[in-house]
Amino acid sequence: MQLEQHLRKSLEHKDILLMTHIVLGYPSFEVNREVIRQMVDNGVDCIEMQIPFSEPMADGPVIMKANLDSLAIGTRVEECLAFGKEMAATHSIPFLYMTYYNIIFKYGEERFIEACTEAGITGLIVPDLPPEQSEIFFRHARERNIAPILIYSPTSTHERMKELDDSGSGFIYCVARRGVTGKKSDLDEDFTSYLQRCRAATSKPLAVGFGIQSADDINALRGIADMAVIGSQTIRLVDEQGPEAVGPFIAELRG
Amino acid sequence: MVKKGYFGNWGGAFIPEVLHQTFAELEHHFKTAQADPAFWQEYVDLMSTYSCRPTPLTHAENLSKHFGGAQIYIKREDLNHTGAHKANNVMGQGLLVKRMGKTRVIAETGAGQHGVATATMAAKFGFDCTIYMGEVDVQRQRPNVFWMEKMGATVVPVRDGSRTLKDAINEAFRDWVTNVDTTHYVFGTACGPAPFPEMVSWFQSIVGNEAYEQMRIQHGKNPARIYACVGGGSNAMGIFGRFLEEEGVELIGVEAGGKGVETGQHAARLCGNDASPGVAQGYRTMFLQNDDGQMLETHSVAAGLDYVGVSPILSDLWEQGKVRFTAATDQEVMDVLDLTMKKEGIIPALESAHGFVQAFKDAPEMSTDEGIIINMSGRGDKDIFTIAHAFDDPSWKEFIVQRAREYSK
Repeated sequence: MQLEQHLRKSLEHKDILLMTHIVLGYPSFEVNREVIRQMVDNGVDCIEMQIPFSEPMADGPVIMKANLDSLAIGTRVEECLAFGKEMAATHSIPFLYMTYYNIIFKYGEERFIEACTEAGITGLIVPDLPPEQSEIFFRHARERNIAPILIYSPTSTHERMKELDDSGSGFIYCVARRGVTGKKSDLDEDFTSYLQRCRAATSKPLAVGFGIQSADDINALRGIADMAVIGSQTIRLVDEQGPEAVGPFIAELRG
Repeated sequence: MVKKGYFGNWGGAFIPEVLHQTFAELEHHFKTAQADPAFWQEYVDLMSTYSCRPTPLTHAENLSKHFGGAQIYIKREDLNHTGAHKANNVMGQGLLVKRMGKTRVIAETGAGQHGVATATMAAKFGFDCTIYMGEVDVQRQRPNVFWMEKMGATVVPVRDGSRTLKDAINEAFRDWVTNVDTTHYVFGTACGPAPFPEMVSWFQSIVGNEAYEQMRIQHGKNPARIYACVGGGSNAMGIFGRFLEEEGVELIGVEAGGKGVETGQHAARLCGNDASPGVAQGYRTMFLQNDDGQMLETHSVAAGLDYVGVSPILSDLWEQGKVRFTAATDQEVMDVLDLTMKKEGIIPALESAHGFVQAFKDAPEMSTDEGIIINMSGRGDKDIFTIAHAFDDPSWKEFIVQRAREYSK
């Protein structure tokens, strides 16, 4: 509940929240630190920090490359956990980890969730872990008040959405379209009716991600979603213009 | 009770939500087909008219005499259409795709045999077809790329990660989540999320069913041992399946020992000490990975065995001690290839030759009235560039140089 309550509180004075994403250790923890500072200073409400994995199946080229480059310079899981702890202690917004299940499985599910509690992390996004595949993970997360964030997709049926709603907490991550991260999404009529289906299946806040890139996209989400997720776009920005470009970009999105 | 899609501790379906519905439909169509004898009959008819099923079981008399022990029988999947066991699974999935009403198929491929089989099936059934292949494998299996393209498939070289089979699988999944409404992913081996391990093993069981009957007729009794190479594990599952419950038949899976199991440059998941339980590419099995859970680079002269994971069904059989696992090195493979060509006039694929290595080690110790089967999963002529290079064949080199000179004019 912790995470959901926090978001609900922010929603009292904002009509849409902003979650951003970084890949830990890419291009370096030093740059991660600076990017996060600029994000927080410019009004980001929530940050997902991706612990890199060698097989990032659900990610498109930008985030995939960031994962592989981070690992190529030797990023370790322990370093990511220590960095997450530092960020959660430094900034007052909620921090989440996003990673693939093998990282958690190999670390030990209970031990990993323990480490999240220790680090002050409020939620976990694991795109390749449907709730029926690990009873242990979801039980420990609930007991430790770490929100397992579940994902809706345009292909999810109403029954499936209800099932996911029962297992998840914090918020629901609605994937804007079929496919992987990073490619632009059409926020058209089909999309609006999809979000209405999401809304009908859950009372949790709705975050929308995959291909959200501009202030226009965020405006299109106002009134139908509670949080916009910016992923690949800030990584592209840092690659092309350096970390100092992140602050102005976020400020512009915030409008 | 065993959880759905699990084999002991292994298997499962660790898939992104966008694929949930598609897997539910696939599972439904698979189970319906499995319960329908007419479907299997349609499959067997197709394989006996479009392909060369049943494939022969060849008594390798010269090799048997040479080793002076067990009678060596070779199950000839090289004579299946497109030159490998891969077509069994692919044609079966093709029939399912027709039932599901999808119009496009995609596949990953390592050695290229599964890619060629899928491109063939797509041409026959009229599906659009895209094949993902690691860039390293595109280089070492160039002739297969040529045939896939000729049959109308688009071949996409994958340049991420280790640029081999696992990276091709990741890329195929990325395509699938994007085009899930029209597209079926023809998974090539008995790995991946449920129901693929069970489904692929079911289609491949045709190999073991035939071998069982053939052995009774030709040898008069069950084999004492059966050998199969193990990459993902589909040919092994195919020939082992029928014999799993048979008394006195030892099953041996041979993994890629690469430059030696102790060198770190190999793909030995079950017979070495470098693998540990993990979850990747949609399923839980023994993976070659580091302490953080990052997948390791693998090595094998045989592209089709060069893979970090292994069938969850084989991990279960390994854990239960029902299959013995060993490894064959690149060098051993080249040696048996030479011997098999000279003695029998048969050219096994580099992958299949791994099974021959262990069989040749064991055969001399066995009595002459015992029989063993080696599953020759595919033919070696696809490997002509790799094999000619490894033999450092002077006349072949001369030919390539001349041809290159012609092309560069």
